[in-house]
Amino acid sequence: MDELEAIKVTFFQECEELLADLEGGLLAMQEGAGDSETVNAVFRAVHSIKGGAGAFGLEPLVRFAHVFETLLDAVRAGSVPNTVELAAVLLRASDILADHVSAARGLGDVDMAASAAMAAELETWTDPNAAPVAAAPAVVEEAAPAPVAVAEPVVAADDAMDDDDLGFIFVPQTISVEAQAADADLVPSNVWTVSIRPKSDLYRKANETALLLRELNRLGPIKATLDDRALPALEDLDPEAAFVTWSVRLETEDDEAAIREVFEFVDGDCDLEITRGEAAVEDAMASLLAVAEAPAPVVEAVEPPPAPVIEIAAPAPVAEVAPVAPAPVVEAPKPAIAAAAPAAATPKATQVEVPGPGQSVIRVDPERIDRLIDLVGELVINQAMLAQRVGEYGIAPSSNLAMGLDELEQLTREIQDSVMAIRAQPVKSVFQRMPRLVREVANMTSKQARLVMEGENTEVDKTVIERLSDPITHMLRNAIDHGLESPEERKAAGKNPEGVVRLAALHRSGRIVIEVSDDGKGINRERVFGIAVKKGLIAPDLQLTDEEIDNLIFLPGFSTAEKISDVSGRGVGMDVVKRSVQALGGRISITSRPGLGSTFTLSLPLTLAVLDGMVVDVAGETLVVPLAAIVESLRPKPEEVRPLGPVGSVLAVRDSFVPLIDVGQALGYRAHSPHPTDGVVLLVEGEDGSRAALVADAIHGQRQVVIKSLEQNYQQVEGVAAATILGDGRVALILDVDATIAMRRREGGAPRPTEPTLIAAE
Amino acid sequence: MTRTVLTVDDSRTMRDMLRMALVGAGFNVVEAVDGEHGLEVLSAHRPDIIITDINMPKLDGFGFIEAVRVDDDYRAIPILVLTTESDPAKKQRAREAGATGWIVKPFNPEKLVDAIRRVAA
Repeated sequence: MDELEAIKVTFFQECEELLADLEGGLLAMQEGAGDSETVNAVFRAVHSIKGGAGAFGLEPLVRFAHVFETLLDAVRAGSVPNTVELAAVLLRASDILADHVSAARGLGDVDMAASAAMAAELETWTDPNAAPVAAAPAVVEEAAPAPVAVAEPVVAADDAMDDDDLGFIFVPQTISVEAQAADADLVPSNVWTVSIRPKSDLYRKANETALLLRELNRLGPIKATLDDRALPALEDLDPEAAFVTWSVRLETEDDEAAIREVFEFVDGDCDLEITRGEAAVEDAMASLLAVAEAPAPVVEAVEPPPAPVIEIAAPAPVAEVAPVAPAPVVEAPKPAIAAAAPAAATPKATQVEVPGPGQSVIRVDPERIDRLIDLVGELVINQAMLAQRVGEYGIAPSSNLAMGLDELEQLTREIQDSVMAIRAQPVKSVFQRMPRLVREVANMTSKQARLVMEGENTEVDKTVIERLSDPITHMLRNAIDHGLESPEERKAAGKNPEGVVRLAALHRSGRIVIEVSDDGKGINRERVFGIAVKKGLIAPDLQLTDEEIDNLIFLPGFSTAEKISDVSGRGVGMDVVKRSVQALGGRISITSRPGLGSTFTLSLPLTLAVLDGMVVDVAGETLVVPLAAIVESLRPKPEEVRPLGPVGSVLAVRDSFVPLIDVGQALGYRAHSPHPTDGVVLLVEGEDGSRAALVADAIHGQRQVVIKSLEQNYQQVEGVAAATILGDGRVALILDVDATIAMRRREGGAPRPTEPTLIAAE
Repeated sequence: MTRTVLTVDDSRTMRDMLRMALVGAGFNVVEAVDGEHGLEVLSAHRPDIIITDINMPKLDGFGFIEAVRVDDDYRAIPILVLTTESDPAKKQRAREAGATGWIVKPFNPEKLVDAIRRVAA
């Protein structure tokens, strides 16, 4: 059943798309889009999920989808008004539908109580008078799906279905009426008389009387008589109209229902009479004879249509006969299903053409791409080593060798970019899970929240995408749970009771930035400060800026929620989020305006594989400063350096003062800084826009470096983002600019404690 | 002679299911993703039988059947409609549009081939 399994995979893929369409459509409806195309699309999504689920016998999914579909159908028909409130209910229903799909796939469980409650709610919407009680248990009981067999294709097209071959042929035959009448006494109880008078509609719908006869013949031997008395002369004949009546004598073991079923498709399109016994046949015979004896005069004018008698019967020999009227008789062996065998034997030979919208997509095992990226990383290192060797030999930059190397470098970079682009994905895959989260959290906390998403198509390396979900989830939860006020509070504050949470992705200076902002009450700084003091995280007399207070929420062991809520208080605080983000070379910060809301900003490198950096010397060590952070490099003049406080100093850059940070001291390489004028200053800008002047001893130039995680190979070191291997094979540390600025800020410019951080740069 | 069935359904799953059953039964299969597309494929492949869904974007099953029935070249092609048990009204509308017969979802290959046999010579 491989083919069926493959279709099942397709089904679940399609479900994902349909669920996304469903959600999109419902969100549009919530925004007020009531046009029929939107409602239709929403209906179709649920309808298609139900249809596929039915084919695979996924009963609980079918049941829920059915209730859902019924309501949507009513909305579509206009009998249930399309309102914003309804859209909210439908959105929650779509979440449960998604759960059912996941459960059917074997991923996770459905909260059956919630599902039943939702089904009942949907039914109440569909019909406000219906008692929802009945629906609830019905759905709950669906824990064990009733298996629906999906059989292998068994019956093949039999050869009787070939073109122009109805499975029987016309054979002229004469009938003895006496014989028929004499046989009447011997009529077995399994004889039926079926009278069929087709209407023109029957033919208009491409139905065919001959096929009906063939179907009857499948039930048993038949003898069909045509009454054409109503047939007008040829010149009066409407070719589209129906004039004839068939009388069929059928011998079958089947019951009336089985006979009636043959006429299922033509119900209403023909007058049908089914009677037990043979009386009607005799009547038909009598009328037939009447026609034969007294032919209508018009018939003579043209070719007289023969009164045909058709016998479609297996070798049921018709008794002997006085010639009454020449009558074509159809005789055929019973269309044998067994004849299907040859056709079924070569099913695969059939061509399948899919003229659907063409897409050319190559599926590649991600491991192959990862391997390629690793290899390109090695190539970059190797190329750097080569360039360094060439430099050591003192070869002129204008020489062919050096120029060739430059070209090699360019090519290497292009290869690297191209390979990274293969693995890049839009953040959409993460973002599209968030609307549901927002709904659920809003529901749980009794808040009203609307999610606005921007930049879903921002691309980022796959390695980063996978790590985005958790922090975004936390930030959103936090924004709704702690950021947004209750609808009442919002109304009292003159705001829209529905809060807006914005989730945005953008590229900024070679990094991906994720922003989660809310229009809530902002951080209550007094309270945050109080809690931090109470929990012994900070000294009570510490002077902090507003921004520093806001960022206290990232301290380990800090939780602002006075009562542990369902949502945020799951033991995972913002400190954990911060640590996991930092482990990726990322940063997270918060800004807040009282009464207006807060914004979380998360930034991560676009890739966890390569980095453009400035190679510098500090206290005899080689370090790499990420190029993205560097605004400019300069040699300060003595008059630009101003002391600030007991040991700190600032640099005057144009109109502003920027704190001076000696990298060597910050990382614990040396206790005493050289004078800034003896070195080089790198003016850097942190994620939050704060600037600092980093003092290094010398600059070696820009280089692309392959990032090697320090956490994975050693441990996390404050102020260091990662490590890399230089052209000469040495390990160099990559400076974490923001952490360095933060360290300096925290220590108020004081010299570092005497125990230096141990960093092995070997 | 191998006969060609045109399947018109916006659901990939359903098209795949139909194809599996029909190819297994020895039919040639051409597919379309909605009614409009169905009409295009119709003129390109001249199928012997059409199986169509009802709920589709662009042109739905009713519109598609009506369009086939008003075309002198195609009006005699038997059309089977994919429908659900729960909806006699839809079945009726499909018949009024000119559907020859219907297949109730979920179907199994036997049911499908059975319905084809009933409408196609």
